[in-house]
Amino acid sequence: MSRLSRIIAVATLAAACAALCSAQDLRAPQSAIAGEETAISTTGSGKATFYLVGPGVSRKNDATLGEDVHLAAQDIRTAGYYVAILCSDTCHSAGFYVNAAKPTSLTFLVHPSRVPVAQSDAVSGVAFAFDQFHNLVLAPVNVNFQLTAKDKDKDKDKASPLFSRSVRTQNGVAWFRTPSGKSAGPLQVTAALDDVTARRAVQQVASEPCNLRITGQRTKTGILVQTEPVHDCAGNVLSDGTIVTFTATGPQGKDTVDAPIKQGVARAQMDSSGPAVISAASGVVMGNEIHVEAQR
Amino acid sequence: MKYAVPIILVAVTAAVMVLGLFVTGQAGVTLGITKGSALHTAKASTPDQAMTNLLVDVQRRNWDRAFANVSTSSGVTEQAFIQDWIGSNGSLRSFSSLEGFDPRPLHATNDEAQMRVRLHFSTPVGPLEDVRDFHLIREGDVWKTVWPKLQMPSVPAEVIPVTYLRWDLVTATADGEWGSGNVDAPHVRIISMNAVDSAEGAVVMGEVTNEDTVPAFVTVNATLVDAAGNPIDDESSFDKIAHVLLPKQVTPYRIDFPNLNLKNVKNVRMDVKATLVPASADPVVGVMNQEIDTDTQGKSVLHGELLNQSGQTVNIPHVIASFYDNNGKVVWVSDGYVDRALLPQSSQPFAVEIPKNIAATVHSFHVVVNQFSIGKS
Repeated sequence: MSRLSRIIAVATLAAACAALCSAQDLRAPQSAIAGEETAISTTGSGKATFYLVGPGVSRKNDATLGEDVHLAAQDIRTAGYYVAILCSDTCHSAGFYVNAAKPTSLTFLVHPSRVPVAQSDAVSGVAFAFDQFHNLVLAPVNVNFQLTAKDKDKDKDKASPLFSRSVRTQNGVAWFRTPSGKSAGPLQVTAALDDVTARRAVQQVASEPCNLRITGQRTKTGILVQTEPVHDCAGNVLSDGTIVTFTATGPQGKDTVDAPIKQGVARAQMDSSGPAVISAASGVVMGNEIHVEAQR
Repeated sequence: MKYAVPIILVAVTAAVMVLGLFVTGQAGVTLGITKGSALHTAKASTPDQAMTNLLVDVQRRNWDRAFANVSTSSGVTEQAFIQDWIGSNGSLRSFSSLEGFDPRPLHATNDEAQMRVRLHFSTPVGPLEDVRDFHLIREGDVWKTVWPKLQMPSVPAEVIPVTYLRWDLVTATADGEWGSGNVDAPHVRIISMNAVDSAEGAVVMGEVTNEDTVPAFVTVNATLVDAAGNPIDDESSFDKIAHVLLPKQVTPYRIDFPNLNLKNVKNVRMDVKATLVPASADPVVGVMNQEIDTDTQGKSVLHGELLNQSGQTVNIPHVIASFYDNNGKVVWVSDGYVDRALLPQSSQPFAVEIPKNIAATVHSFHVVVNQFSIGKS
């Protein structure tokens, strides 16, 4: 009885060894680069069917066991996880990652498109590095951010840098946040990665009015009231079209006129003939008050 | 006896038919009249009948007959009379029709009378009410209305240089790089908010300002939330706001929640939306001689005059006023349309009502003028 069982065990082992020696197998590359050819090695002998399934491809073709299966550049243009399957008597599979190629473009978003001057953390930008096949490059790379504004006191074409920083990408993204500058005007924001550059523009505009002051004089038809040139606290002239509300209060009631700033000054005609107290406001900022005597 | 009942019935029917013929010969048809004792009588032997005759004919746009009820001593032409009713220059009155009227005698003698009429107009912006006093005189045995002369603004011919500012929008072309062509929405902010109960329901109101340097089209929405955090109702400011706000301009807003009260409201969720729009800083409309007063009906009103300081006609002026208490808190927002066009360099009166319970607490107010001009967005 013990002899019979020994014979069966040896026969089973021999059969298993024979099966193993003739079985196919495949070995995927450790890592592959998007858009670069690579190969998957196989073992065994005979014919087999090869399948490749990935984010941008689904392919089937015949393969010869023991030879490499070549993956063309266009098969692995999309970065991500791929599965290679080799089927003969049985099927075997192996997975591998295709990484993005080297960065060739930057997608650069800057917010906001308009910003009042001298605001803390007002300008932000985020850059995404992509390879030539539009795969997000997850490998860390350095992106250089630079903000330049035209200096109003200097040569018109000269731009002075307000901010410059090199930021390493994390998971393919680099970003910055910075205060806005002191002068109204265009602000150029640049993101650079090696020889790849993306440019955006942010319009810096005057902030809230500062020291809103008005003067008034009596005319034949009433009172002509106007502001002194309206500036923000950094000395920038407020944008034309900004509304200044003039209010005249007197015995005849109250007069109000919403007048837009033109060339830095807002003007209004109030048709009050009696004595009046005139004040001005722009948004939530109040100006001074003036007293105008009654018409004689 | 057998035929007595049918004979009586036929006789009564015939009598009623004959009577009906005579009665309709004297009284007009009153179709489409919703208010007022609108029976047109051939001859106005009382001031009330004269007033009613005139207004019924105005309702039917039977101008010749309506003008026949106007006293010749008025000194107005039929054309001026018609224009008074149908408006001109694309004003709100041009798009309105007299829906009804409530005449009330104020004073009467043998030869003259004074009547106050509440006129109800239907307009594209909702029902409008106008209260007018009319003077009537007796001419022979007929009463006629003395029609007040419509004071048309007299503006000298002049050239007004147009130096106003205008913002146009250029849309980015489709092939632009992603992220390169963005223009942010204007930055607007709610600077005050107050929720109160009124006779008609809950009201949420306040003021919103455009903090940006570009014009904004603004809408304010409010959601009433109960204690469990569930929304009860949501409404928008609709026309109780100046939608187009120029840079640094402030507008009141009012959101009505009819038939709701704040008893069950735990929270009010505000949402202000702003989009970039093309706009113009012209025309500039001044609000002159603003004063809170009591009108002829005993109601508290804020009245004043709108003065068009530009060279452009404002077809439909719309006044929105916010009222503040001693602490500067917005306690009410009223609005009203002016049914006459605001011609260049001319003025038009306006009045907006203040609820009785609010009037006593009003310390100051702020008026903005919203404008609709034909051919302009």
